[in-house]
Amino acid sequence: MIVVNCPHCGPRNSSDLRPCGEVTTRPDPATASLSEWRTYLYLRENPAGWVTETWYCRSGCRRYFTIERNTATNETRSSEAS
Amino acid sequence: MARHGYKYSAGKLIRHGLTRGDWPRMWRRPEARSSYDVVIIGGGLHGLATAYYLAHNHGMTNIAVVDKGYLGGGGSGRNTAIVRSNYLTPEGVAFYDRSLDLYNSMAQDLNLNVMFSRRGHLTLAHTDSALRTMHWRAEVNKLQGIDSSVIDPQEVKKQAPSLDVSADTRYPILGALFHPPGGIVRHDAVVWGYARAADHLGVHMLQETEVLDILCEGGEGPDGKGAGGRVTGVRTSRGDISAPAVVNCTAGWASLISNMAGVPLPITTHPLQAAVTEPCKVFLPTVVVSGSLHVYVSQTDRGELVFGASVDPVGTYRVNGTLEFTEELAGHVLELMPGISKMRLLRQWSGLCDMTPDYSPVMGTTQVDGYFVDVGWGTYGFKAGPVAGETMAETIATGRDADLIAPFTISRFTEGDLVGEKGAAAVGH
Repeated sequence: MIVVNCPHCGPRNSSDLRPCGEVTTRPDPATASLSEWRTYLYLRENPAGWVTETWYCRSGCRRYFTIERNTATNETRSSEAS
Repeated sequence: MARHGYKYSAGKLIRHGLTRGDWPRMWRRPEARSSYDVVIIGGGLHGLATAYYLAHNHGMTNIAVVDKGYLGGGGSGRNTAIVRSNYLTPEGVAFYDRSLDLYNSMAQDLNLNVMFSRRGHLTLAHTDSALRTMHWRAEVNKLQGIDSSVIDPQEVKKQAPSLDVSADTRYPILGALFHPPGGIVRHDAVVWGYARAADHLGVHMLQETEVLDILCEGGEGPDGKGAGGRVTGVRTSRGDISAPAVVNCTAGWASLISNMAGVPLPITTHPLQAAVTEPCKVFLPTVVVSGSLHVYVSQTDRGELVFGASVDPVGTYRVNGTLEFTEELAGHVLELMPGISKMRLLRQWSGLCDMTPDYSPVMGTTQVDGYFVDVGWGTYGFKAGPVAGETMAETIATGRDADLIAPFTISRFTEGDLVGEKGAAAVGH
């Protein structure tokens, strides 16, 4: 079980929430080149270690927030509302 | 088949049984050379098949296969050993069908019984939309000459009598996609077969050798890595090896290896859990898959039922099992086969799946000269192993992407030309 600390609902089992993947920087769609846009869409760091992720609290407050999670151990830390 | 060294036969089996003589080692443990023509990272089915076909089809034998663990210890030994070619995209169907051909002649080609059992493959439909997708897949398959058709619940019952096809279940079976050429293979034997044959052709298998870095020059990134550069070798836990061609044949760690060459991948890594029951008398003649219930079942020759699921929703490199999976699996299997409620699970395990956005692999040449990828194998790596090896070997030997894998190169993501493979096991309908 992976425990995810929702900033509004407290610690929950990860199956109560939806993982939305690692946080990426969205380029400005008005000025981004096609290759920059597709890099943002598809390419991922996918590290084995600490990564900042977005989660959606689908069966609680229904809000999005970011946490840090270690993908090698599934420890989580420093949850903050976004 | 003298070219594969010691020939296995029924006579040898009897003689060894009577004399209790030792069997010769299937492959050596050689010392690493300082340079090779090709270094393949990952000693699983894909890496070994690539090495074998490079040596056998293209005469390149100065090859090293490096693995941080032992041969076949990753996805090759953790998958549920199902093979089929009834995919949804024409690109996928042509590719996986070639793999089935290679599996069909593998026991003869490699002189090792891989226990290929062509027992038929059922993909159940529980909803109207799923049934519609099955018809779609059947038509795509038929156009390419694949034996694949949609059958009704009565016919499903004939193929697999233990399935509950009554209408009053929670997820009634409305029909199924029936694919007679599909089946199961002994997955370890496939790894051993390729390793043994590649070893005899002169390929070096370097086990317990971890790749720490990929050495590049001329690229636009730091240390000469990245687009426009070229590969010069690999740094391993046993020293540097120079090579003009480096192939990433890893599953689970593909992103970490590829980042070493400055080639980021469109991959997130998820575990997929599987389980096996205690053995019982053989009663399940086909492979049974339900996309809606996220479960697939087959019975091995030993009588154990092998269950697989879809990937876990949270991406992680950790491969521990969860109670949620076991509960869900048991519930779903009993929906399909209420008669096995007294059977006990023997063990469960999980393996890592590199998921791509379009459920198709990432193969072939990259923006770094001499760096090739055979990654992103999601839930379909085992069934593609032989054809992946054959086409990657052609790509490495000629420097040009083989026709069958041209749709799967990494450039499809920069060109926006994805191959949406909704026939993959991880896709629920």
